[in-house]
Amino acid sequence: MVYSPTEMEDQTAVVDEGKAMDSPSKEMLLDWYRQMVLIRQFEETCHQLYEEKRITGVYLHLYSGHEASGVGSMAALRKSDHVITAYRDHGIALILGMDPKAVMAEMMGKKTGSSGGKGGSMHLASKDHNFWGGYAIVGGHLPLAAGIALEARYRGKDDVTMTYVGDGATNNGYFHESLNMSAIWELPVIWIIENNGYGMGTEVERASGQVELHRKAEAYGIKSFGRVDAQNALEVYAVASKAVEYARANGPAVIEHVTYRYRGHGVSDKQYDARDDMSAELKEWVERREPIKILRDCIESKYGDVGEILAKHEADAKRIVAESVAFAEASELPSSYQDLLQNTYVGSELVYKTDDSIGAGID
Amino acid sequence: MAVRNIAMREAIRRALREEMQRDENVFVMGEEVAYWQGTHRVTRGFLEEFGERRVRDTPISEMAIGGLAVGAAMAGLRPVAEFMTINFAFLALDAIANHAAKVRYFFDGMFKVPLVYRAASGWGNQATASHSHAPEPIFAHFPGIFVGCPSNSLDAYGMLKTSIRDDNPVLFSESIALYPKPSPMPDDLDEDYLIPIGKGDIKRQGADVTLVAYARGVDWALQAARQLARDGVEAEVIDLRWLRPLDMALVYESFKKTNRCVIVEESLPMYSFGGEIAANLQERMFDYMDAPIKRVAAEDVPLPYSKDIELLALPNAQKVVDAVKEIL
Ligand SMILES: Cc1ncc(C[n+]2csc(CCOP(=O)(O)OP(=O)(O)O)c2C)c(N)n1
Ligand SMILES: [Mg+2]
Repeated sequence: MVYSPTEMEDQTAVVDEGKAMDSPSKEMLLDWYRQMVLIRQFEETCHQLYEEKRITGVYLHLYSGHEASGVGSMAALRKSDHVITAYRDHGIALILGMDPKAVMAEMMGKKTGSSGGKGGSMHLASKDHNFWGGYAIVGGHLPLAAGIALEARYRGKDDVTMTYVGDGATNNGYFHESLNMSAIWELPVIWIIENNGYGMGTEVERASGQVELHRKAEAYGIKSFGRVDAQNALEVYAVASKAVEYARANGPAVIEHVTYRYRGHGVSDKQYDARDDMSAELKEWVERREPIKILRDCIESKYGDVGEILAKHEADAKRIVAESVAFAEASELPSSYQDLLQNTYVGSELVYKTDDSIGAGID
Repeated sequence: MAVRNIAMREAIRRALREEMQRDENVFVMGEEVAYWQGTHRVTRGFLEEFGERRVRDTPISEMAIGGLAVGAAMAGLRPVAEFMTINFAFLALDAIANHAAKVRYFFDGMFKVPLVYRAASGWGNQATASHSHAPEPIFAHFPGIFVGCPSNSLDAYGMLKTSIRDDNPVLFSESIALYPKPSPMPDDLDEDYLIPIGKGDIKRQGADVTLVAYARGVDWALQAARQLARDGVEAEVIDLRWLRPLDMALVYESFKKTNRCVIVEESLPMYSFGGEIAANLQERMFDYMDAPIKRVAAEDVPLPYSKDIELLALPNAQKVVDAVKEIL
């Protein structure tokens, strides 16, 4: 359907006056803290393990610095909702409650990994958590998100699909085609643009004609919830709650999360070592906009002395991640042809080879 | 003449740089080619030397990169457009197959499209399924575009120069695994050292079996040839260098002598380079054939992350040796 400007305004009004989400309880805030320190511990451990060559490969994109973006927004979801993201997916997986052991084992390509070692860092997923995965082709997951949301629309369910997308990806054709279709089919997607200032080494200003990225979605008739300080989990949550409520009832919504990556683009990114301006910028973000500290300050100012419980979450995070490393390292690597071929197709793996020496008929 | 070992990355950089110095119409564009100095460091120093007008960072917009190069080339510039990796060229496949390769034809010769698409290719290093393609044959499927796949530094230099100077579109595939690999280049190389499009090369002489390869496959074939020589088998290694046009004459000459052939490629086995060469051989060289033609390619499976099974899927020199031994 085509909206007139007044109808659009009416809709906006409905949302704004709609039942404001209760502000997060003490338990919620403490749980967010738990999630955020777990992510940070996990990511920094991955970084360390990569340096020590205990995690190998060429791609490892960390969520350090982004924690509040994922934690605050996913707190607005219910269990039956859906989540999908790109390759910067470890934090999203942990927030959803995936077992850190299976996630760490995936980093190391082990059989016990959440994707059996086939996917690695960029391809975490969990059907049990409605986590539809991390994807490595920039923008490639966006039409998938629309398809997942279509299933809900098609079957008359009111589940939403929360979709994380980088600033750089908003310049890709996938983004524009997917957003437009979500608008015309009124698909319940919350498009969360995680604007961390860069796609690899390219600043948003050098890559996007429209630097207020959420406005690109507005151009397709998608309801924008504007820009949010995504280092502050509470602000993220407040806006996400409205957007989720809107999407459940109406169709697509967009939010722009302004955040920062603490570990560069990925492990191959040497810019922060080479460029003083970038390392100074990083330092400033860490010193002034540290998401974990912002949440901690907020909890302490509201509830006084919670030091003991926060310390427990920190200690737990260390223990859980250490256990995940031990588990992953003790696990087996896939090594057989059967491991290699398995799950190319549904059913038996018929693999072409001139001499039929491998592959035929393996289940 | 002094000869030095130069990494393929350096040879490509040198060729590209010299062509930009020679012709003002040549410019580069792509993701991270300017400020980041190139994802694979091929364009290192280019921004400083040539400036933003001629060294253009693009957004992550492969469709537009692919098509914009066509328009710029039709209008008279000579774009060298980089796909950060060849995996992302799939997003531009329409621009490549339907426009780069076809506008000259469907306007009956009215336009020419003198562009080069450069793309880093290949598998290994646990890059995982969507980042682990060596899909050159897909691009070589389409008449109207040439496809070059160098196997060493000197070839890369001469082939890229030719590609840039040629008035037809060329997809120039650069093996990531070969970027750091040093191979000999003469110091006083002529700036007009050009390798004609479609000209293959014999990388090793031998009378017992013909190994046909390109790009990284040439390394595996040469390693296998050295190993076979220890058992008294002399393999001839042909580096076709271009997948389109294909220098079949060179293969036929060799095959008439050896009567046996193993085809080596990094790409997938179905609808492949190996299938193409084998089909040509059986059509034209049937009378010279003493044994079945064998193919060594990647296993017919998407590439996994985990390292041991990734290696299982990849071709290697031993697989080539084994294939040769089967037909001797
Ligand atoms: C189609 C495609 N082009 C290029 C790449 C290489 N690449 C991987 S991540 C990336 C930057 C993406 O930046 P952004 O969307 O801002 O996400 P961020 O990494 O900042 O989270 C690029 C260019 C890719 N994976 N896929
Ligand atoms: Mg970004």
